[in-house]
Amino acid sequence: MPMASPATRPTPAPGPEVRTGPSGERPGGSGPELDVEAVRAHFPILHQEVNGNPLVYLDNAATSQKPLAVIEALEGFYRRDNANVHRGLHELSRRSTERYEGARGHVASWLGVEDPGEVIWTRGATEAINLVARSWGDSHLSEGDEILLTELEHHSNLVPWQMLAARTGARLRYLELDDQGELILDELPRILEGGRVRIAAISQVSNALGTLNPVAEIARQVKAHGGLVLVDGAQGAAHAPVRIPELGVDFYAFSGHKMCGPTGIGVLWARRELLEAMEPYQGGGDMIDEVHRDHSTWAQLPYKFEAGTPNISGAVGLAEAVRYLNAVGAERILAHEQRLVRRTMEALEAMPGIRLFGPSDPARRAGVVSFTMKGTHPHDIATILDSEGVAIRAGHHCAQLVMKRYGVAATARASFYLYNSDADVDRLVESLATVQEIFG
Amino acid sequence: MTDRATPPMKALYQQLILDHYKNPRNRGELEPDENTVEIHVRNPTCGDEIRLQLRVEDDRIEDIKFLGDGCSISQAAVSMMSTILKGKELDEAFGVARRFTGMMHGDEGAAKDPALGNLRSLAGVSKFPVRVKCALLGFEALQEAMKKSRGGRPG
Repeated sequence: MPMASPATRPTPAPGPEVRTGPSGERPGGSGPELDVEAVRAHFPILHQEVNGNPLVYLDNAATSQKPLAVIEALEGFYRRDNANVHRGLHELSRRSTERYEGARGHVASWLGVEDPGEVIWTRGATEAINLVARSWGDSHLSEGDEILLTELEHHSNLVPWQMLAARTGARLRYLELDDQGELILDELPRILEGGRVRIAAISQVSNALGTLNPVAEIARQVKAHGGLVLVDGAQGAAHAPVRIPELGVDFYAFSGHKMCGPTGIGVLWARRELLEAMEPYQGGGDMIDEVHRDHSTWAQLPYKFEAGTPNISGAVGLAEAVRYLNAVGAERILAHEQRLVRRTMEALEAMPGIRLFGPSDPARRAGVVSFTMKGTHPHDIATILDSEGVAIRAGHHCAQLVMKRYGVAATARASFYLYNSDADVDRLVESLATVQEIFG
Repeated sequence: MTDRATPPMKALYQQLILDHYKNPRNRGELEPDENTVEIHVRNPTCGDEIRLQLRVEDDRIEDIKFLGDGCSISQAAVSMMSTILKGKELDEAFGVARRFTGMMHGDEGAAKDPALGNLRSLAGVSKFPVRVKCALLGFEALQEAMKKSRGGRPG
């Protein structure tokens, strides 16, 4: 591919201020509570039948659906502006670059950070975490150092650290879970007092249980002992308000597709001085300054970490998703999800043989309800629900440590988002009655 | 069966299947000796697992036991399989495995083959592609176990 020279790149600038929906009206209505019917009108995929019933999509922790604003942004980009970026010798490349870098600036201001050069585009949270484990971990860890994880983590925030530990001889430590699905913070001082924890990698929101973790408090303690903190925001960015300065962390990773954006795009945010001191993750075009026969020099941030033609349309789509969610309001979305969680938990607690996992207080969760049904495997639950148009996830949710902690191989999981309604919860509960009738 | 369940669900979750799921046959462990082989299979995407033991004497399955954890389809299938295979020659057992696999991939002739016995009640699973691997998990273990007992020779 053609090489870019830094001179053709604009300096990333903060994007436009957050605006309301395209029509000027606030999506989801202007009241304190979300107007779900208004939101649902923005999501064309929801308006279909599956197996003869209107679709009830409750698999949002796996991936979210996309609003028209995002679908149209992708289409508009490919209809009008598509070209490769950072080669600004023609009009389309200039436009494409402007939209790509504008998206970066927009995401930066949404995260509450001033320097868009700290926002690295990745394929998703998984790649962002692998980038840190490789580029920071390989050069900063050695035998005797410790990596602090939690039992709550998704495999994407476990396996890269296990691989790093195997390469460097570092040791893995774990914060454990209590019976309520909450991290046992009392253990943290004892783990940290050895002074060997170099990095803690923790999720903001559990994908398996929905637990909202006290990330800022954990970060404060870890950093007081000289460690760095990476937050896996795959669920957090989608379901909880995110202001990075308030979290007080060093690395923040998230995926676009869980928050109304396209698949294949995500972000690693990190403090500039950390990124400056890290080696590139991958080599290729766009990440170099000068290339010689035997060596190369690296481009400035953020390009040093963006080898190859990037996911330009993905960045454009993610920025549009951020605009949309921001206009709806993260606090309103979380409150709405918690209302649906409360309704679900109350209905399920009244059903015989149901076991609920995670915090009993819905205010301690984002929109996830994990459960099992006595005498019925979660896969059978999911198959029967699907036959009635209700989509849930069943399995270990890429969180086998959580499953082991609670002594189950799998759970059924209903996960909500801004477009789910009370009627969706009621359909879930009705279909669970079918499951109980079949399995008796 | 219920009024609520749709026809495809009634076809999938037949009483015979639910009965084997709730009351599995030949569930347990064999005392290992020189004639027993054991295979442990897992489906990593869903976590279903089966530990299958065979006692094979003179190329005949003298006894068969399993332990498992998983959905109704995987556990009922291995339970039914165990009742059919006890006392069968290995060659016959390989044949049953081939017929059952064929049935799971939509072979309607196989679905009528008396050699499959109760396993024919699982024919409806072939309409649910994501569940086919559940039904086949026990047979995967069986084929590995039989190869092992023959010192690596396939059927």
